[in-house]
Amino acid sequence: MDFITTLINGLSIGGIYAMIALGYTMVYGIAKMLNFAHGDIIMVGGYTIYVFLNMTGHPAIAIITAIIFCLILGVTIEKVAYKPLRGASPLAVLITAIGVSYLLQSLAQIIFGSAPKMVTIFNFGTKNIGGLRIQISTIVTLIATIIVMIALSLFVKFTKMGRAMIATSEDKDATQLMGINVNGVITVTFAIGSSLAAIAGLFYLMKSPSLTNTLGSMPGIKAFTAAVIGGIGSIPGAMLGGFLLGIVECISYSIPVIAPYTDAIEFLILIVILLVRPTGILGKKRREKV
Amino acid sequence: MSKLKGFKWKYYINYAVVFVVGLILTLMSFTVGLEQSTIYLLEKMLIAIILAVSLNLVVGFLGELSLGHAGFMCVGAYLGGKISLILADKLGTGPLSLIISLTVGGLCAAICGVIIGLPALRLKGDYLAIVTLGFGEIVKSIFQNTSKESFGGALGLDTPRYDKYTLFIFGFALVLLTLAVVQNLMRSKHGRAITSIRDNEIAARATGINVTKYKLMAFTVSAFFAGIAGVLYSFSNFKVNSYTFGYNYSIEILVMVVLGGIGSINGSIISAALITFLNTKLATILTGDKAVLQNLFYAVILIIIVIYNNSPALKGFREKYDLKKMFSRVVKHNDPSVIRDDQGKWARIPTKIPMDEILSTDVQPNQSTLKPDKSKEDK
Repeated sequence: MDFITTLINGLSIGGIYAMIALGYTMVYGIAKMLNFAHGDIIMVGGYTIYVFLNMTGHPAIAIITAIIFCLILGVTIEKVAYKPLRGASPLAVLITAIGVSYLLQSLAQIIFGSAPKMVTIFNFGTKNIGGLRIQISTIVTLIATIIVMIALSLFVKFTKMGRAMIATSEDKDATQLMGINVNGVITVTFAIGSSLAAIAGLFYLMKSPSLTNTLGSMPGIKAFTAAVIGGIGSIPGAMLGGFLLGIVECISYSIPVIAPYTDAIEFLILIVILLVRPTGILGKKRREKV
Repeated sequence: MSKLKGFKWKYYINYAVVFVVGLILTLMSFTVGLEQSTIYLLEKMLIAIILAVSLNLVVGFLGELSLGHAGFMCVGAYLGGKISLILADKLGTGPLSLIISLTVGGLCAAICGVIIGLPALRLKGDYLAIVTLGFGEIVKSIFQNTSKESFGGALGLDTPRYDKYTLFIFGFALVLLTLAVVQNLMRSKHGRAITSIRDNEIAARATGINVTKYKLMAFTVSAFFAGIAGVLYSFSNFKVNSYTFGYNYSIEILVMVVLGGIGSINGSIISAALITFLNTKLATILTGDKAVLQNLFYAVILIIIVIYNNSPALKGFREKYDLKKMFSRVVKHNDPSVIRDDQGKWARIPTKIPMDEILSTDVQPNQSTLKPDKSKEDK
């Protein structure tokens, strides 16, 4: 019975990772850059929910504002920091992304201080199912993640914008020659990724209500790990990787001997996956072109 | 005299500056006497310089981003500190035990560099950055969870106290050593191989360069000096705690490298010294929540500098307002006896030609070679 509880806990953390990883995998697949600031957009989402919840008292308004705010923020970051570097070396883009991540963290600390803020949003309580105590928020997280995953897959497969995204991820230059506005596609990708990050921030607050300015950095890096495990660029892969990583984390926490090494184990899995199968579980193999 | 012809002063100016500054400060410390806080600040600067120069080897010359530099430093600090604790009972805290523990710390970090580098250097770009970041976190959590007897666990390891002046002179010597190794490596055949991997890995491989070997070489040398810096850090603070060596510390070193100019060793030295100095001075002015203003400042500077230096759209602007060129235009060599061998048409040949440009060049067959000269044949 304990094992099943651990598994369910793992699914609930995994849901958060999966939600972040979906954004990561889309941005990485299409813009071909590791957006280090993605984790910090989760933090911004969390703070926006906190501010508007205190202001209006309506959770729904707070959540919608957070999603819109993160969307605008994500697009602004893309336009200001990443767009001028399109075509520059990947190293420069990566360093800028780290800079943006630092910028968001320090801005949040200047505005809100370093003391953690407590946010209670949607206290659903727990439910007994067959002798198991399950938090309702776990179920909500799970269902929402699966819905978002399916919606994204359908969007990419069946809409014009989605097809343009696939084309951009395959070959940027050829896509441009076909008359597709590649910059527009990348902007939309960032918008989607950032709004998913806001939702991930909501789930994070539902799980652990304390809000700090470095909230997003560790989950962000772990979600990237999840995206790599599942196969970067693959939407179902990101979800699979997120759930797998969440379950591994919870199992590792439940064994006292290896509990302190949990983070190390997760990174070790990443290193092993990258060495054995760099394309991840569901990723496609791509030949490197000169 | 003929040997001195090839002697270029600009290659040795940084050794000379570091040596003179070190000499003056050493003399000052023995005659006038320096304050304890000044010596501590100087040690911090020297550690930062070693770290920045060694990270520049990987970021600037190999062209890969390593976010695990603090991890190598952590290995060096703990193992060097442990060795010095063992040696303190037998050899005391003299220069000999200092040298031994520095060597051991550096070598252990270098071994870690090989162990992580051998598999990880098959990856590149973002993946390598994440793997090195993961390595740093793994090292941190391993040392955090050691037993109290071995490495002090969560409380950290107390290291023996060395004479402040010895440590300070050793710091200067180590900076000179780092400069000597890194600069000579980069000016050798191996250094050119490393930069060729940065510019185009596939082309480098095609020319017969053993990419794995040279990548590993740059990585290991960088790790070795990070380890040495770690040992110095552990003695300078009398204590090692793994919490210090997190991801943020690696970023701080990266900021120094980027601000100084990626691939510029002198830039790294200046920016490492300057940032450490500013950090210490600002820490007294900005207290509490205001301290974060400093991080904000660094983040903004980092973004602006990287965009300015790398944006393809700003290329024309950069070339127009290049500080170096403007300076050389002002300071003209009017003395006709001075022959500037690096000027003239050779200076205009770009050192870094993008692969696309090479591939897209239309090779026009020389008309005269295609058509045999008939007039000659007739004769």
